Amino acid sequence: MAFDVDNPAPVIEPPRARTSKTPKATRGNFEMHAWLFMRLSGIVLVVLVIGHLLIQLVLDGGVSKINFAFVAGRWASPFWMTWDLLMLWLAMLHGANGLRTVINDYAERDGTRFWLKMLLYTATVFTVLLGTLVIFTFDPNIR
Amino acid sequence: MPAGTLYRGREGMWSWVAHRVTGVLIFFFLFVHVLDTSLVRVSPEAYDDTVAVYKTPIVALLEYGLVAAILFHALNGLRVVAVDFWSKGTKYQRQMLWGVMGIWIVLMIGALYPILGHAVSELFGS
Repeated sequence: MAFDVDNPAPVIEPPRARTSKTPKATRGNFEMHAWLFMRLSGIVLVVLVIGHLLIQLVLDGGVSKINFAFVAGRWASPFWMTWDLLMLWLAMLHGANGLRTVINDYAERDGTRFWLKMLLYTATVFTVLLGTLVIFTFDPNIR
Repeated sequence: MPAGTLYRGREGMWSWVAHRVTGVLIFFFLFVHVLDTSLVRVSPEAYDDTVAVYKTPIVALLEYGLVAAILFHALNGLRVVAVDFWSKGTKYQRQMLWGVMGIWIVLMIGALYPILGHAVSELFGS
């Protein structure tokens, strides 16, 4: 059988054709931005965290020098407050997004995945806010 | 299957596994670390008593393990960035992994004395 002007081939709708019933809002670029954030925050964290480890664990007696007075001395400087604040936020968000990926990969049941992520987000928000509050309200004369 | 194209079970897969495991471990420590540091808002004694735990030999060994995890995750993370953004990244991903492991070993040897020296002298006297 041949198709011609008088006997046209049937029109087959493309399976992904947008119709009036197709939802307008598609998924945004969240996953791409999350991917980019992991790379950019990771590069910054390499500097912040290795600097932190050098100061806390290697230089000037290592961990044995750390006490309340040492913390008070460092947080007297806005530079180290900013360093620690940036490190806290970037590390928590970087780690939270990493664990979100791990949960998405291994938790197969919808309910399990949902509640594990709710637990993750709750713990992350709590810890970021607690750490931020501690840095901003630190009082060297607490007694 | 042509040689050299098998990803599963080779360096690429194992570095990916190690990146995940170290990442999760570091993130869990981070929660603990923010909580222990928050004790500076309670009292100097509460903070000093807790930080004293970090100075014991067993926890010093755990700190050495933490540093091992962080350094691997940092160096391998830079390798991942290179694989994603450098045009020749995928071609040299294996060589870069050996570079990562080489730098990691050097840094871990360098961290031996600063982190474990105190614990060793405490355990065996000096």
